[in-house]
Amino acid sequence: MMPLLSVRDLRVGFGRDPQANEVVRGISFDLADGETLAIVGESGSGKSVTALSINRLIDFGGGRITGGAMTLKRADGSLFDLMTATEPQLTGIRGAEIGMIFQEPMTSLNPVLTIGWQIEESFRLHRGLTGRQATAAAKDALDRVRIPDAARRLKYTPNQLSGGMLQRVMIAIALACNPRLLIADEPTTALDVTVQAQIMALLAELKRETGMSMIFITHDIGLVAGIADKVMVMQNGQAVEQGELNQILDNAQHPYTQHLLQDVPHFTNGSTTRSDGRRDKVASHEPALKVDGLVVRFPLKSRFFSRATGAVHAVDGVDFDLMPGETLAIVGESGSGKSTTARAVLGLVRSTRGSFSVGARKASAQQSALPVQMVFQNPYASLNPRLSIESILAEPVIATGGRVDAGTRARMASLLERVGLPKNSLERYPHEFSGGQRQRLCIARALMLNPSVVVLDEAVSALDVSVQAKVLELLVDLQREFGLAYLFISHDMAVVERIAHRIAVIYAGQIVEIGDATSVLSQPKHSYTKKLIAAVPTIDRRHEHFELDTRQVPSLVRPQGFEPAPAKWEQFGRDHMARVEG
Amino acid sequence: MNYLMRRLATFPLVLLGVSILVFVAIRMVPGDSITAMLGTEAGLLTPAQRDSLAAYFGTDQPWFVQYWRWIGGILHGNLGISVTYGRPVLDVILERFPLTLELAVLSMVIALAAGMPAGIYAATHNEKLSDLGVRIAAMIGQSTPSFVLGLLIIYTLSAGFGVLPAMGEFAPLWQDPLRNLSQLILPAITLGFAFAASVTRISRSAMLDVLSDDYVRTARSKGASARSVIWRHALPNALIPVVTLSGIEFGYLLGGAVIVEQIYALPGLGRMVLDAIQQRDYALVQGSVLFIALNFMIVNLLVDLAYVALDPRIRLGES
Repeated sequence: MMPLLSVRDLRVGFGRDPQANEVVRGISFDLADGETLAIVGESGSGKSVTALSINRLIDFGGGRITGGAMTLKRADGSLFDLMTATEPQLTGIRGAEIGMIFQEPMTSLNPVLTIGWQIEESFRLHRGLTGRQATAAAKDALDRVRIPDAARRLKYTPNQLSGGMLQRVMIAIALACNPRLLIADEPTTALDVTVQAQIMALLAELKRETGMSMIFITHDIGLVAGIADKVMVMQNGQAVEQGELNQILDNAQHPYTQHLLQDVPHFTNGSTTRSDGRRDKVASHEPALKVDGLVVRFPLKSRFFSRATGAVHAVDGVDFDLMPGETLAIVGESGSGKSTTARAVLGLVRSTRGSFSVGARKASAQQSALPVQMVFQNPYASLNPRLSIESILAEPVIATGGRVDAGTRARMASLLERVGLPKNSLERYPHEFSGGQRQRLCIARALMLNPSVVVLDEAVSALDVSVQAKVLELLVDLQREFGLAYLFISHDMAVVERIAHRIAVIYAGQIVEIGDATSVLSQPKHSYTKKLIAAVPTIDRRHEHFELDTRQVPSLVRPQGFEPAPAKWEQFGRDHMARVEG
Repeated sequence: MNYLMRRLATFPLVLLGVSILVFVAIRMVPGDSITAMLGTEAGLLTPAQRDSLAAYFGTDQPWFVQYWRWIGGILHGNLGISVTYGRPVLDVILERFPLTLELAVLSMVIALAAGMPAGIYAATHNEKLSDLGVRIAAMIGQSTPSFVLGLLIIYTLSAGFGVLPAMGEFAPLWQDPLRNLSQLILPAITLGFAFAASVTRISRSAMLDVLSDDYVRTARSKGASARSVIWRHALPNALIPVVTLSGIEFGYLLGGAVIVEQIYALPGLGRMVLDAIQQRDYALVQGSVLFIALNFMIVNLLVDLAYVALDPRIRLGES
């Protein structure tokens, strides 16, 4: 029997000489009806280019297919040659037989058109529906992706919906005309882990309902286990290994696949937490950082000059302490207040209430000479491209009123060596370094002032998975060597498991559970922690069925003068407590 | 609605500032209206005659009294009397304004009708020869001074085809539309040419930006045709910079186009203001500058309202 899609020796290049700049170098696979193929690889491996080549969208992205063959079996059984098809023929295939969803739901929908119009367009294009019929079809499409109150939401524009909702709308659009092949290009990478679980559940359910085939592209091999039948692992534009899901996950042959499976952080429910430097084994010190009753509120004004009518309670009463040499991970989803907490500790946002003490001395949040330094999420944006590495490393010294002397230079050289960068880096500029190297530079910069506390705000989230593992190792080594205390902000449970001694779970501006990492990850007590952990994909749970949950995140906007009820805590074991739910 | 009210409430404040500026500025220009009016004959005036003329025009008073009288008059709808024309300033301005408005509208229509398609065409043929052609044409259009272009048009028509642009008494639109249009079309093309070049460049770059946006890729993945992608998906998103540019240019044109009015001998606002400055016709200069400032503010407000209509993400009046 003919497969739905057959790709043979696909080659794609970019630029003026596509043959010389090939990004995809000879990819072959077959996809049967109803089958799901996962393409796994890191950035630059050519996985997205492969996907965009199938419906020939790559033509618009500056790429050129330089060789190979691609055949699609159409609904009527005839074969369609995707390589030689003309653009008008392809517009008849796109959307009708091949649907596609993308990574960034926030930018993938047209901001000036209503979502109703955007869904209806598919029906107009391929089903010839107009007017009321199209609107009715669009409403059904929204119902199908389980968006409550669909009729009203049709009139919304994308800015009125959350990322998770928008990705559902994208799925509704892609599946509007019942395509027999859905290409999903990292559809959950930009989403929170619980939302990711929802989208994965939805995709699995729709796949069962419609019997469509799917190509699922991801960098996260953990995600693959839940949905794929077959897996193809890509590296440098080539498929290094492909086969059945279980065969790849349990019996990987290629070293790169083994590396992805073993060296990369995977979530294991608290069984691979750190055993070194735990607080119960260290003689009791003064905490490196102590935060008491931190509150950050942003007043909401309906109008200029008028009085505040309410406030966004971004952080609502957070307490924790952090010992030297210890990592406290703050985990939570976007909008939970974890980054605001970090910024308040550094004085980057003004805290409404609360106090900090760093080391022995009490510090106000506005004080700039705090021995607290920060490493940010995006190493591409957090280094000034016009400054040499030497100037970048000198910056913290100058900013605190110091002078750049021989001692400073010696420290620069030793830190660069310590974070694993070549000696000649000082005269170079940020663009000469890769993402992982840049993050090492950011770490070196943070250590220039010899801080006692380093705040790492999603410090490895923007890095490729294998680079992530190496940067985490470096962080652990530096922590041991300098006795650094880390405040590690992350949404990624697998990464947190590798580096945290203790974990604080933050939800709607409040800590709901805090304690020893092993204990929190293996025996979560608060319902939100449980939900968060259950949503983390792991390679051990295959073809798991997630329950759909359409509850929305609560609003953090409170009326003026609102104070939350004081927290009641329940203690579990020596160092583990959770907020009592009521 | 609330927003509109608050915006309108700022208008008097801005106008007050403008009124002070223009009042001071015009008085810093050496000379006075009596000398300017009488020319060399002003030397023949006896001091008594000069004083009585100054008293007649009110220029013998200290500047703050003059300013106070002027502002008081404005509040009663009286912009003063023009020394040169011997008629109320508002009448003189309103007589000239229709031509300036019509010329501005025509130029903008020409600029948008020529510039946007050219810009879109260039963007969709990026880095091809035709794109280069459009870009060079736009560059030439932006760098050709309007008097060169105006004279070139007149010369070509008269020397090459023996036709002269319709000169003579200006015919308002509502009296003789055909003659009016024949008088205004060449000046409008002259003004619209450089305007069109700016529109071409800005719509090309806006379109190029938008065409690489994710939602355009989404539209293509749905099977939308190239035409629909450009006109339905990309264009509405690329309009904001075009509207911004058009608003600013239009606002300037409402202040009159001195050079083009001069070349085509049109009785527009620009020449009138220039003459008024030369004649030290204080009331007319002050009145027309206020009028022009008001126009500019109205255009700006309309531009901001257009943003809201174009992009649902833009909400006005929320801080």
